[in-house]
Amino acid sequence: MAVAAVSTALGDAPPPRRRRLLEDERWLALALLLPTMVLLGLFIAYPFVRGILLSVTDSRVGVSGSFVGLENYYRIWNDGIFRTAVYNTFLYTGVTTVFKLALGLWLAMLLNRNFRGKAFTRAFILLPFIIPTVLSTFAWKWMFDPTFSVLNWVLYRLGAITGRINWLGDPDLAMISIMVVNIWRGVPFFAISLLAGLQTISPELNEAAAIDGAKPWQRFWYVTWPLLLPVTMVVMLFSVIQTFADFQIVYVMTGGGPANATHLFATYAYQIGVGTGLLSQGAAISLAMFPILFLIVVVQLLYIRRVEVR
Amino acid sequence: MARISRRKFLQVSGPGVVAAKAMGMAGILASRTAPAYAQGATVHWLRWNDFVPASDQLLRKEMLPEAEKALGMKITFETVNANDLQPRITSAIQSGAGPDLIMLNNNHPQLYADSLVDLSDIAEATGKAEGGYYPLVRANSNNGQKWLSMPWAIIGAMIAYRKSWFEEAGANSFPETWEAYREVGKKLKAKGRPIGQTLGHTFGDSPTFTYPLLWSFGGKEVEADGRTVAINTKEAVESVAFMTAFWKEAHDEGGLAWDDTNNNRAFLSQTICATLNGASIYIESLRNADKYMTEKGAQLRTDILHSPLPRGPAGQFTMHTYHSHVLPTYSRNQAAAKAFLRWVHAKPVYERWFVSQKGYATPCTAQWEEHKVWSEDPVMAPFKVAGRLGRSPGYAGSSGPKAAEALSKYIVTDMYAKAVQGMPAADAVKWAEGELKGVYG
Repeated sequence: MAVAAVSTALGDAPPPRRRRLLEDERWLALALLLPTMVLLGLFIAYPFVRGILLSVTDSRVGVSGSFVGLENYYRIWNDGIFRTAVYNTFLYTGVTTVFKLALGLWLAMLLNRNFRGKAFTRAFILLPFIIPTVLSTFAWKWMFDPTFSVLNWVLYRLGAITGRINWLGDPDLAMISIMVVNIWRGVPFFAISLLAGLQTISPELNEAAAIDGAKPWQRFWYVTWPLLLPVTMVVMLFSVIQTFADFQIVYVMTGGGPANATHLFATYAYQIGVGTGLLSQGAAISLAMFPILFLIVVVQLLYIRRVEVR
Repeated sequence: MARISRRKFLQVSGPGVVAAKAMGMAGILASRTAPAYAQGATVHWLRWNDFVPASDQLLRKEMLPEAEKALGMKITFETVNANDLQPRITSAIQSGAGPDLIMLNNNHPQLYADSLVDLSDIAEATGKAEGGYYPLVRANSNNGQKWLSMPWAIIGAMIAYRKSWFEEAGANSFPETWEAYREVGKKLKAKGRPIGQTLGHTFGDSPTFTYPLLWSFGGKEVEADGRTVAINTKEAVESVAFMTAFWKEAHDEGGLAWDDTNNNRAFLSQTICATLNGASIYIESLRNADKYMTEKGAQLRTDILHSPLPRGPAGQFTMHTYHSHVLPTYSRNQAAAKAFLRWVHAKPVYERWFVSQKGYATPCTAQWEEHKVWSEDPVMAPFKVAGRLGRSPGYAGSSGPKAAEALSKYIVTDMYAKAVQGMPAADAVKWAEGELKGVYG
């Protein structure tokens, strides 16, 4: 009787229009998505569109400029430093990603075993990733200092070198130095992410393979690796995007030098756009990496989908 | 009858304003009342981290509290690495918010001309009161239409060198020509005491070395019309070829990665025999006399001398780092910022800061050459006339926005850096020509 009374009461008072709208799944979905859409619009879409508009003008700092079409893109295409930056960015991303994957996977396999102090070690491994990049990079900069390098000191004491190694003053060594720092900083991300992936693989599969006579390498190659591949691809995707657009390590370590030899897209765009105040050219340099990154991301996502379907 | 609001009345009749208008800074100080336009305002002043830290301390602890009291405003004083000043002003102008007064290096104010308040009234008044600015000051701060920035100081660029080491290498005085410098440098590097010089992207010690080197061989960026790029000449190629050999034979090759601080550390730790610098190395050796000792046990300060850059086939030139302050148009405290500039440039006020620099900074007018600072320490004497000797980037054209862009991109410096890294001299000059055409074209 009471139940009937309640339902009658509810039936008598129709829900307000706002509540009725939210009961419609389409409107509810929109309401839930709205904050994210606003944030993405404000902080991703608007700057992106603004960047495109800026890149087709001759704007300088404090001067809005006029429409010049693709002149800035033509200009950077003929700019030797830009071409160096493109080459450097691919080299930097390619080499560091390979090393981060190899070392990260190796570390993840080690951390996936049982040993004393496992939890502590796992937390400790994350340190390079946790420390603010600028701080740790400054420490590295001191280690590679042309005059006071502790690495040179150690190598000299060990008798491995007789003179100083010009870590940041030589173009090739400077490139290797920034790669080393990027790898050092990126390995924990790979290791922890791949460790999470490894822990989703049932130990029974490996045990079954072992019973069937599979050797450790075969167990890794035919059981672990295929199951880990989707996670690996996602981690690689994130890493490639981050490394391709890297700024802090190069800015702090070399500032793009010596003589522009270590510029990446981001550092060169910063030097031209923010340092020199040529905003439109800086925007064009920044946006030039977009199609390349977009292509890389599409290819990787397609590959991930194929792996997942398989 | 016209109605006068209370606010308007206060604005036009406040004792501070009356004093300011009638008697200038002396009037403000005498009335002990801040002008009404400054009351309650906050001026955000951005400068570099001074290479003479005592001067920043003086500003923070003594001079700015006094300014706040005298002008009735709050002053926020911020210091950053000098290489970060350009990024800061770019972001401030673009966002329309930021510091009210910003220190800039060299001719960088020319890059932001449309976004800067005309400071002609203060600059002309100060220049006139002190007998006129040096030519390099006008070249860097004035675009022919207005004073873009208020001249502050010239940081004289001289070679700091080890007297005893040069004597041991057979040079009883500093070499007068580049060739002689190279010969001495060769001997010194052989003894593990190379010359230290940055060829990196850094505001001071790089361009103040590379531009004069180019000029002293007869090279130049552009013709006098300020448009025709003229760097690809036999003279410029010769200067680059000279530098390539000079670098290998006499320099610390780590200098390619140095900023303006590395040579100070290297000199003070006695790994280099000479370096182009402001006087900050010597001043630091004075400040911590017992900390920096020579290998013979003497105080390092007793073994440091200064010299201008050597002479080349076309003459002897210098380029000094020049400091001035800009007031961006976005500032909502323009009147207060100008009042502060007037206050800080009043001779008794500025003098306190100048004295704290111990000769590291040279004021922008010749009148200061008579100051007793210059006679107190003979080691600092060469800096006295730094303002007379300097030439500005952009030669043989003006030191305008194109020259400032070329300077900001470190094109001349990179020309030498590329050559010492192995690029043939002619190719390095050709590369610089292409880059300069991109700027001036």
